[in-house]
Amino acid sequence: MTAEFFLANRPLWGVLISMAAAGLILLNDRRPLIRESITMLAAAGKFIIVLSMLPEVLAGKLVETVPWTAAAGISLHFKADPLGLLFALLSSGLWIVTSVYNIGYMRAMRYGHETGYYAAFALCLSATMGIAFAANLLTFFIFYEILTIATYPLVIHARTDEAVAGGRKYLVYTLAAGQLLLLAIVGVQIMVPEAEFTPGGFLAGQAPPALLGVLFILFMAGVGVKSAIMPLHGWLPTAMVAPTPVSALLHAVAVVKAGAFGVLRVVGYVFGPELINSTASGKILVGFAAATIILASLRALAEDNLKRRLAYSTVGQLSYIVLGAGLATPLAFLGGIMHIVAHAFMKITLFFCAGAVYATAHKERVSEIGGTGKEMPVTMAAFLLGSLGIAGIPFFAGFVSKWNLGLGALEAGNIFVILVLIASALLSTGYLLPVAIQAFFGRSSGTHHGGEAKPSLLYPLVITACISIILGVFPNIGLKFYELALAAVQSVFGATSSIAMGGQ
Amino acid sequence: MDAIAGHLNYWLIAVLFVVGVYGLAFQDNLLKKLMALNVISVSTIAFFLNLGQKVGAKAPILPGGVKGGEAAAYANPLPHTLMLTAIVVGVATTGVGLAMIYRIFKHYHTLEESEILKGMRE
Amino acid sequence: MTEQFPALIVVAPLVAALLVPLTARLSLAVTYCLILVSLMVSLTGALSALRYSLVEGAWHYYFGGWPPPWGIEYVVDPLAGIITSLVGLFGILVFFYSIPFLAGKEPREKGYFYSLYLLLLAGLLGIVATGDVFNLYVFLEISSLAAYALIAFGGHQGVVAGFRYLLVGTAAGTLYLLGVGYTYAVTGSLNMADLGNLLASLQSSRPVILAVALIVTGLGIKMALFPLYGWLPDAYSLSPPGVAPLIAGVMGKVSAYALYRLLYFVFKPGGPVLQVLDVVGWLAAAGIIVGSVMAIAQKEFGRMLAYSSVSQMGYIALGIAIGNAAALTGTLLHIFSHAVAKGCLFMVAGNGSWWGRRKISEMAGMSKAMPLTSATLVVASLSMVGLPPTAGFFSKWYLLMGAVEKGSWIYAVILVISSLLTAIYFFRVLEHVYLKKDPGASLGTPAEEGRSLRGWELAPSMLVPTLLLGLGILALGLFNAPFVDGLLKFSLPWRTW
Repeated sequence: MTAEFFLANRPLWGVLISMAAAGLILLNDRRPLIRESITMLAAAGKFIIVLSMLPEVLAGKLVETVPWTAAAGISLHFKADPLGLLFALLSSGLWIVTSVYNIGYMRAMRYGHETGYYAAFALCLSATMGIAFAANLLTFFIFYEILTIATYPLVIHARTDEAVAGGRKYLVYTLAAGQLLLLAIVGVQIMVPEAEFTPGGFLAGQAPPALLGVLFILFMAGVGVKSAIMPLHGWLPTAMVAPTPVSALLHAVAVVKAGAFGVLRVVGYVFGPELINSTASGKILVGFAAATIILASLRALAEDNLKRRLAYSTVGQLSYIVLGAGLATPLAFLGGIMHIVAHAFMKITLFFCAGAVYATAHKERVSEIGGTGKEMPVTMAAFLLGSLGIAGIPFFAGFVSKWNLGLGALEAGNIFVILVLIASALLSTGYLLPVAIQAFFGRSSGTHHGGEAKPSLLYPLVITACISIILGVFPNIGLKFYELALAAVQSVFGATSSIAMGGQ
Repeated sequence: MDAIAGHLNYWLIAVLFVVGVYGLAFQDNLLKKLMALNVISVSTIAFFLNLGQKVGAKAPILPGGVKGGEAAAYANPLPHTLMLTAIVVGVATTGVGLAMIYRIFKHYHTLEESEILKGMRE
Repeated sequence: MTEQFPALIVVAPLVAALLVPLTARLSLAVTYCLILVSLMVSLTGALSALRYSLVEGAWHYYFGGWPPPWGIEYVVDPLAGIITSLVGLFGILVFFYSIPFLAGKEPREKGYFYSLYLLLLAGLLGIVATGDVFNLYVFLEISSLAAYALIAFGGHQGVVAGFRYLLVGTAAGTLYLLGVGYTYAVTGSLNMADLGNLLASLQSSRPVILAVALIVTGLGIKMALFPLYGWLPDAYSLSPPGVAPLIAGVMGKVSAYALYRLLYFVFKPGGPVLQVLDVVGWLAAAGIIVGSVMAIAQKEFGRMLAYSSVSQMGYIALGIAIGNAAALTGTLLHIFSHAVAKGCLFMVAGNGSWWGRRKISEMAGMSKAMPLTSATLVVASLSMVGLPPTAGFFSKWYLLMGAVEKGSWIYAVILVISSLLTAIYFFRVLEHVYLKKDPGASLGTPAEEGRSLRGWELAPSMLVPTLLLGLGILALGLFNAPFVDGLLKFSLPWRTW
């Protein structure tokens, strides 16, 4: 085993390290300390492995593993390209933060059966890495399904009737989506055997337009469920019955972003932006995305349960990414990719805060949030920062992506989308700001226990809140998300496209 | 008319087969079903035996010292041997079936299928 | 000795079947040794014949030295080799599995049970190894009779199920025999290879068409092709739990093998056979859906598994009907993946019924009492639904590829719908096992008192085969590429390499 072997197969190790961790966790049923240490070590290790690939990918090289034939027409092939590495860095980095939060939260809530919980969590991250680094549709599909199965035990963790029903709904939506995706992949595989994700797409001209249209619908239905495009979004608010760290990482970052990532991959690397633009498919996608943004934001206004309000907000925000894919212009694509990053940090902050409030003050409704700002100032300050970011205020991460989306819409000549973006900004201000304002200036309702959130809950949310601001000002700092996004866009659209450094 | 008269043996075998199938499907008594199964087997056996017959053929036995003649003068013995096997299979099946019927009767005290099925579900 | 291996595959269990009732009265240990030795000899024969067939070509064994087409010959080509190995392996695993279930019986009864068990295996192995269509009938009846009698061991309900299966199964065998009769009438030969040559020019003649129809109907009944599956739910679910994994896991598959062998290697896909295959395809599709729908309606775990088998046998029949290389690979892979998964599931059902859990509602909270069995249940369920990385996903993949390649999108959609339906009834069971509270601390007492389990949930002879099959599902899934390239590729009717 030479050093070359280790280096070349880094995407594979990134996937396997948390699978191994999951196994080890299962063996350590009675030792919580060891369980949690394994989780932290695996998270750190995975992040380091992924980070080590950053310099090479930025320099233009791809880190590839040797394809391993799993069956005729199925080869497991991992490749770290800019888009995949961006997603992987995001997920693995946030896993570290979430693991700290997990430990604090689970100890506070005392649900029980934590071994299975941590093991399933590790397996989910493993599957997310697999999705990020998948070099062809089959590898993507296999890990997509593994993600579905691995998140199920997490959704039903509370073991109440409500949780079980929520899990059932989740499975129905995601399994059905998976089967539609499988049909689409089989169709593509027959036409173009051993096809890999190619920047700019590879399906152009391979089949009559009608067939391509059917395949596109199947693909979008398949990845659209996980990216919560309306009307396929029904599982997400119901899945909020999961413990908050699950909602935070998985349903704000890993699972839903895997779906949005899938949309970007299908549009950019399977069909290609030219094909999308030359047919009506892009416009239809934009239509669904725009409708989702508006309807979800309106729905969020009506929700009293804080986590469900955040869930509907997520539904709307995810469609920004879908919007970017559907517009299929370089700047829109860039905006969509950046929004994966921006929304992840902002939403995870909001969920962390919601969970901290629930664990410390046992409040879960917006109507009872009054006075929490006095007891938990840092938490609610972070919530305020996250809210401003979602609304798209300049100097927050959300602004960079929105700006690029707006420019991209102009590029595509789509004024309607700009109106949608503005309306959405107003609506998100409407459903998020009042929460923070109520918390600080509203009357306290009922007794409040516990004061500020404990450190293991507090530090993660402060960190993510700060990152949201930092990324708003310096999008390229640290993990070079902006450069990666730019590289991805350039490879998809060709290096001749002109891209303004918006927002800097 | 010739199509029937020329192959009367096969038509009779077909009638036998249908009688057996009717008994198997529409009789309620288990013992009668088993008998119908035997009728089906017999019709199949008869079918095979008919295949080996030739007009004016002799039995394929050579008495000591006599040399054989044309193959066409003797009836084909192969279907007979095959059917010996099939008859044995039929006997074994009937034996197993009767043993089961005996057991069923001991427990359910009836051999009518509809009553047995009702008794089974309880 | 080694030249006799193809014959020993069948003869060893056959001889042992005759000796076991005698040795059982004398000593149980000797009986078990005899059974094991005969099964090992059979498996060794199968594996070495397989190896030979891959290296040198099919192994032709002439009984009594009579060359074909006058004599009966056994032909072990890669296809026969892998299926005999599968049956042999199952025979050994289920033998160990069945031991605790017979613990309370008299030695005489054990002797008869195992004699029938060995006869069943000999019959199944004979169907696969033989190269003569009439010989196939003989072994078909041997295995079926043994199965009827074994099912009758399952209590007073089992006797009725066994008898009704006897009626239907014997009728099926007779239909097959009639088909053989018609082919004999036009060709004068009973040897499969010889028939393959002779029938080539006779494809469209009426006797041959009738023969094909009769044979397909007969074997179709045996493999529970829609709408001829009525015998299956009772037979599978009411058979004694010790032997159900073998009957459910392997019997239907051997009949499917026989159909595959006859349609593709003897009758060769040509005019009438193609039309018959079309009809088989529609029936298979109907069976896939009906089986799953009926499974959802079941309250007992064993009956649910039985209806699921109807659906899954439909997958196999569908692959045979589609008929291109990908679909046939899917069929062969599914024969293995379903045998292993369904055998495993019936072992789980047996483990559950050992502790009195027969209905799905009684399986509530089983994960606490029987964690290893429940984990195996999870893996097997994933394979039945067809989720990666289990074997069931890969066989479904090949079938989908085959269907779409041929342009039969409707079959692909049906496979997908079936996966979702299967998910419904299997995940419902998993919900009960993992998420519901156990109604009572222990339901019912085990069949044998005073057995020390040393903290394990079940006796090792029951637990180990269950776990081995569970691991087999994963292994078959992860390593299906070498399996397909190394073995299944050579079992197709034509060269694909």
